[in-house]
Amino acid sequence: MARKILLVNDHIEGLANIDVYRRNGGYAAVEKALKTMTPDAVTEEVKKSGLRGRGGAGFPAGMKWSFLAKPPGVPRYLVCNADESEPGTFKDRYLMERNPHSLIEGMIVSSFALGARTSYIYIRGEYYYVLQILEKAIAEAYEVGLLGKNIMGTDFSLDLYVQPGGGAYICGEETGLIESLEGKRGNPRIKPPFPAVVGVWGCPTVVNNVETIAAVPHIVNMTGDEYAKIGIGRSTGTKLISASGHINKPGVYEIELGLPVEEFIYSDAYCGGISEGRSLKAVVAGGSSVPVLPAELILKTAAGEPRLMSYESLSDGGFATGTMLGSGGFIVYSETACMVRNLWNFSRFYHHESCGQCSPCREGTGWMEKILHNIESGHGKVTDLDLLVDICKKIEGNTICPLGDAAAWPVASHIRHFREEFEYHINNPEKVKDPRHCEKQPFVRKAQSNPA
Amino acid sequence: MFKVTIDGIETEVEPGTTILQAARKIGGEIVPPTMCYYSSLEGSGGYCRTCIVKVSAGSAKDPRPMPKPVASCRTPVQDGMVVQNITSPELLEARAGVVEFLLINHPLDCPVCDQAGECDLQNLGFAHGKEESRYDFPRRVFEKKDIGNKIQLHMTRCILCYRCVKVADQLTPGRVHGVMNRGDVAEISTYIEQAVDNDMSGNMIDVCPVGALTDKTFRFKSRVWFVNPTDAHRNCTKCSGNVVLWFHGTEIYRVSARKNEWNEVKEFICNDCRFENKKIENWVVEGPRKIERKSVISQNHYEQYNQLKAQIEKQRARLANGETPDIGDISLRT
Repeated sequence: MARKILLVNDHIEGLANIDVYRRNGGYAAVEKALKTMTPDAVTEEVKKSGLRGRGGAGFPAGMKWSFLAKPPGVPRYLVCNADESEPGTFKDRYLMERNPHSLIEGMIVSSFALGARTSYIYIRGEYYYVLQILEKAIAEAYEVGLLGKNIMGTDFSLDLYVQPGGGAYICGEETGLIESLEGKRGNPRIKPPFPAVVGVWGCPTVVNNVETIAAVPHIVNMTGDEYAKIGIGRSTGTKLISASGHINKPGVYEIELGLPVEEFIYSDAYCGGISEGRSLKAVVAGGSSVPVLPAELILKTAAGEPRLMSYESLSDGGFATGTMLGSGGFIVYSETACMVRNLWNFSRFYHHESCGQCSPCREGTGWMEKILHNIESGHGKVTDLDLLVDICKKIEGNTICPLGDAAAWPVASHIRHFREEFEYHINNPEKVKDPRHCEKQPFVRKAQSNPA
Repeated sequence: MFKVTIDGIETEVEPGTTILQAARKIGGEIVPPTMCYYSSLEGSGGYCRTCIVKVSAGSAKDPRPMPKPVASCRTPVQDGMVVQNITSPELLEARAGVVEFLLINHPLDCPVCDQAGECDLQNLGFAHGKEESRYDFPRRVFEKKDIGNKIQLHMTRCILCYRCVKVADQLTPGRVHGVMNRGDVAEISTYIEQAVDNDMSGNMIDVCPVGALTDKTFRFKSRVWFVNPTDAHRNCTKCSGNVVLWFHGTEIYRVSARKNEWNEVKEFICNDCRFENKKIENWVVEGPRKIERKSVISQNHYEQYNQLKAQIEKQRARLANGETPDIGDISLRT
């Protein structure tokens, strides 16, 4: 199960240098695609590979590419979404920092497949040092003729630009990203029209995550059919997981999809178990936006089957007893974690990051944060929990972009699975006044045998 | 022509028409309320979410329902689309939620607000809002900004509909104001405290659905229901010159553009007409203006809203009893 694709060479010193990268098989996919394949053939390989978007939604990348409108005489664009801002997710940073050329190679091959002559990497402003690494790598690629006019002597030309963002989570939403890239306020656009029809500068655009694009050269090299054999069912290939929280070995791990969650948490090859020998309380499996799951539901599904790290298995049971793979931000909580404080922290983030364009998200995120702050600091009311659930319902699905949903899901799921802990906070205001109360005296949660 | 059914009423519209436009064609209380959409401003709408509707069948070809409520002002109709507005209790509940969100940080200072009586938010709150508030935190406040001697900005009342931004983009030579900051502290403001001063800037007042932008020359002079609206025109080189004069006795208290039954201006007027010509000899008076829109200043006051409110209460009661909504109930069309 320990197959590596994206990070197979990441132990090599100086991989960010183009010569080292090429000595280790780099840019072979560019040569193969540009010299022996047609753009449609590359798209076909990606379709066959079953590669799904690694940014969070898990939409098949090949399908997304085939939706791209191709009106004659209109330029098309490929945009790489490197605005990785989800709390708990840091996989793209590692990839770009260690192996910037794999992203550039992916951009060249993907742009070739899509017919883009200009492509952008939109990177979050906080990753300024990563931007410098990328720009250095791009300059190297221009020098050896892998970017610019007539790449490798073929008639394919590509210009690649890196654009830093100003530091807003909302600019990771694809239409918000496009607005920001155009130099406007990063408000998400109303869809339809989708970016595949009207995107950057009003032209057809594909927006893909860093990890998705970095996987494309490997698919070209090994063929889509071979790639599809890795993984399990419709979750093909490998996925980078950013593991953090109360574990012995936090970090970025590449896993083959289908790895049991239990093995991922407890195996020494991955997280290495819960820190300080404590017990597992909860896991947020795919970045802060996805529903939290308590220990018994993350290790086994409601039907009693072992839970696997795959799109299907993690979402088994819907939101009642399941979650989502999301962007792979795997946050582990031990028994000392205060779930109320954790949720307040998440809500504070969404309150701060809402763009303020549509009313449910603008007003609702702030409202939820204020209520949660009250509960956490010992000023909660019994009616607050039902009110929070109702606010979630009113936000979810009623907003322009998924930020509203992302703000509502953690709140709904924390209350669904950890209601007694919230009630404890409301009923014992004196005990929870100390912010470190859960570390001193962990709140012991009764395992639910039949979660509703 | 596309066939579309809204709340059980069928109509035919041109392809490319939005659900909202189709509903307005039918008329009556099935028309979704709007706070940010403005037909004469390109690209407006989609922000406030009050006009959401449920699409229970996407089209004749693909009759699957849409998973989420959609903003009717920005969603084009498909042939055979079936839309539910006031016949869907879940949707009315979702809309009540949006109204609640719009109101939690609104100061509700209607007794001292110049917009009271012709305020879209008042009308919306009356028809779709709930009586009690569940929000017990201090309301949001902003530092006061002076944006010139003609227009008064009250940021606390703003619902961020972006209409005034679109006016500045589409009617004036250069936009000097816009939305600053983000999230619930986003505000309408000018760049480095610049005054908003150009020939068409006064239209920001007319498009503002709430009392965030009001006329400084009319400020605190009278409640709108004590002034008499009268159609008038003058020869103007900058605009059509067709306006409404608001008389108090023989004195002109205010000049505004003409609004249609959806509370929208079709012919924008210039600042000369609006602010500089307050003498009766400057105008050719046409006669009393009939206010068609539903508000305190129209002749039948809130009559239509009362009918709508009764409908909504009925549907809510159905939801509470676990019954399905009754499409045959829509008989109160005007």
